[in-house]
Amino acid sequence: MNQARLVVEGVGKSFPGVQALSGVSFSVSGGSVHALCGENGAGKSTLLKVLAGVHRPDTGSMALDGKKIDPRSPLEALACGVAVIYQELHLVPEVTVAENVMLGHLPYRFGMVDQAALRQEAMKALEQVGLQVDPSTKLKELSLAQRQMVEIAKALSRDAQVIAFDEPTSSLTSREVESLFALIRRLQEAGKAILYVSHRMDEVTTLCDACTVLRDGQHVTTWHDMAGVTADTIVNAMVGRSIQDVYGYSPRTIGEPVLVAEKVSGHGLRYPASLEVKSGEIVGLFGLVGAGRTELLKAIYAGSGGSVQVGSIKLGSRDPRSSVGAGVVFCPEDRKKEGIIPQMSVAENANLSVRRRFSHFGLLDQAKEKQNAEEYVAKLRVKTASLQTPIKNLSGGNQQKVVLARWLAEEVKVILLDEPTRGIDVGAKSEIYAIIRGLAEQGVGVLMVSSELPEVIGVCDRVLVMCDGRITGEVARADATETTLLQLALPKTEMSA
Amino acid sequence: MNKLKGSSGMLLVLIGMVVLAGVLVKGFATGENAVSLGLAVSTVGLVACTMLFCLAGGDFDLSVGSNLALGGVLAAIVTTATKSVPLGIAAALAAGALVGLLNGLVIAKLGINALITTLATMQIVRGITNIVSGGSPKTCSVVGFDGLGKSAIAGVPSPIALTILFFLVFGFILNRTVFGRDTLAIGGNPEASRLAGIKVEATKVWIFVLSGIVAAFAGCVQASRLLAASNNAGEKLELQAISACVLGGVSLAGGVGTMSGVVVGVLIMGVVQNAMSLMNIDTFYQMVVTGAILLAAVVFDKVKTAQNEKRSSRGTA
Repeated sequence: MNQARLVVEGVGKSFPGVQALSGVSFSVSGGSVHALCGENGAGKSTLLKVLAGVHRPDTGSMALDGKKIDPRSPLEALACGVAVIYQELHLVPEVTVAENVMLGHLPYRFGMVDQAALRQEAMKALEQVGLQVDPSTKLKELSLAQRQMVEIAKALSRDAQVIAFDEPTSSLTSREVESLFALIRRLQEAGKAILYVSHRMDEVTTLCDACTVLRDGQHVTTWHDMAGVTADTIVNAMVGRSIQDVYGYSPRTIGEPVLVAEKVSGHGLRYPASLEVKSGEIVGLFGLVGAGRTELLKAIYAGSGGSVQVGSIKLGSRDPRSSVGAGVVFCPEDRKKEGIIPQMSVAENANLSVRRRFSHFGLLDQAKEKQNAEEYVAKLRVKTASLQTPIKNLSGGNQQKVVLARWLAEEVKVILLDEPTRGIDVGAKSEIYAIIRGLAEQGVGVLMVSSELPEVIGVCDRVLVMCDGRITGEVARADATETTLLQLALPKTEMSA
Repeated sequence: MNKLKGSSGMLLVLIGMVVLAGVLVKGFATGENAVSLGLAVSTVGLVACTMLFCLAGGDFDLSVGSNLALGGVLAAIVTTATKSVPLGIAAALAAGALVGLLNGLVIAKLGINALITTLATMQIVRGITNIVSGGSPKTCSVVGFDGLGKSAIAGVPSPIALTILFFLVFGFILNRTVFGRDTLAIGGNPEASRLAGIKVEATKVWIFVLSGIVAAFAGCVQASRLLAASNNAGEKLELQAISACVLGGVSLAGGVGTMSGVVVGVLIMGVVQNAMSLMNIDTFYQMVVTGAILLAAVVFDKVKTAQNEKRSSRGTA
């Protein structure tokens, strides 16, 4: 077996409120393709960013070929021999392929770019990755797969010894995947240490000869020999954890369908989708990041095609105002960008929508607004210094409660929740679950996107699973286990189909 | 609370300036000068009312100066032709509303940057004004044309009284109507506002229509006061109005602004210019000082915001 080239030793990294990585250790051998697996939020991206010098670890160290490395920036990481190929490529579309390959270390003479040397060196790197394009082509004229090759060529031109790929096949066709794999195998033969992050279990089992699994920021296991390791073994290692009952689930009476969405489409949703939510029912929408869950919620709330029926009424126009009027409300995932008006007070944020109901001829009813804000701040136990405090000063959990309060004051029939507990501490989480349960008990239909398996299993009556833009399965509460849900959520590469 | 502190800081600056000018500048603390100061700021004051809405909504309107000139010229021409002052004013307001509608539709519906859009309409409308007026000022001798500018309400010259009235009305709209709160919400976070069911596009269009109407009305008032409408009126007015708003604590990023702040901003600009004129300071030097004050105000604002952020993040940590 080959020598360990990259050694990661006890790396830990925390962000405000989150321990993203704690004491992760593993090593990657030369001439090996080493998979890195884990659920959303397991710490894979953070680990890549530590390797790439984007984040600096709080604890631990890394070494390449026995030499300690401590990159402070992506540039330093490259200089040390570590290159990360991200899903979103870091290239400049308006300049030539050659310049992109040599970006950051353009050859020059007398202070001017040495065009001949640039071309020659770029050609050499492009040859190594087997990309046959004229180096003077502008990058924007290349396909996505070709751009990825340019990114790899860029890494090779810097003599990278460790190359980490982050979900490299997510937007490639099967033919492109094959040529990428061929290239990765050539790099492997050249003795490079390769890290391969993927959600696609079949890729991991066919391409990789070692595998490390992370869970909740911790190292679970590393296989240095993939014999006997199957997709199931890996998935079990990814999910195996105890579920505590912070969800307080109790059976409810479930009524008639309150939301019927048929073939809805909208911005970013790749295929039209249909679903149904009954009165008093909490339906989970599970999937990996990028599966299209947020897009589906938005397509219901403010989309274009298909039809949405609330109770017995079919929605005519599907803009947010009409949806709210019909009793369909939406709590976005990204509170800062889409939920709160940061400079405005808690009271203003709570009254943002319902004030239309209170007002007379466009004039605000200040007494009613104050009463409404007071009522919901008390009901939802929002921790705030006063109603007039700017909402940006509140913690994430309390901001989320205010956004919920905004809708509870309306006559809600259906509530669409996108990752309602993202970035919220455990105590506030169970309060949010209680609010959601309370809504369902009043007969509201709840459709809730979540990436957290225990949450989906703990809270929902029924789970819809999405993968690559489609609803791939429906699982009743009784059958919902982490393994069944994850298997439905993991994409199957066309190759194996 | 923070907002209050912010505008009261500028209020202190204003009071300090008034006291200082009263003591040091001969002829400042007289009733006569107060009236001339009021008249001098009345145009900027009127336009600043709706500029506040544009800024609070996250945009701005550079076409107000040209709109003012077109409004004045149209009022003079139509009044002269029809012998009817109301018709003249109606024509001016209609033109202002139309320009505002164009601005609003292009910015809100097509999503084109407000800077580019209103920079273009600023040129277009200035050109139209010159075409309509034949490139020279238009006088109007119809009886009653001076009604808006020369009369007095309860002893206060009309332009000043109207400006005060507009401050009150638009302050009320901003604080006490759904439209006003929606404007601030849109400026604070357009996407969150849209998802919360606010009609972002329609609100923006209305803001620009109002801005156009108010600018044209200010043009009528100015033309009435001077008994003539200059085709060159209102040059750099957009910059003065924006400066006054920024001095009054209105955020260029949108979402933050109060009418009381704008009043203070308008008065600070007025007092500085008035005092310097009384002291016979050359206009070139006046420009330097006015610019320096604006720069100082925004730097002060930036430092203050940074401190607030630090304090609030410490509070939640």
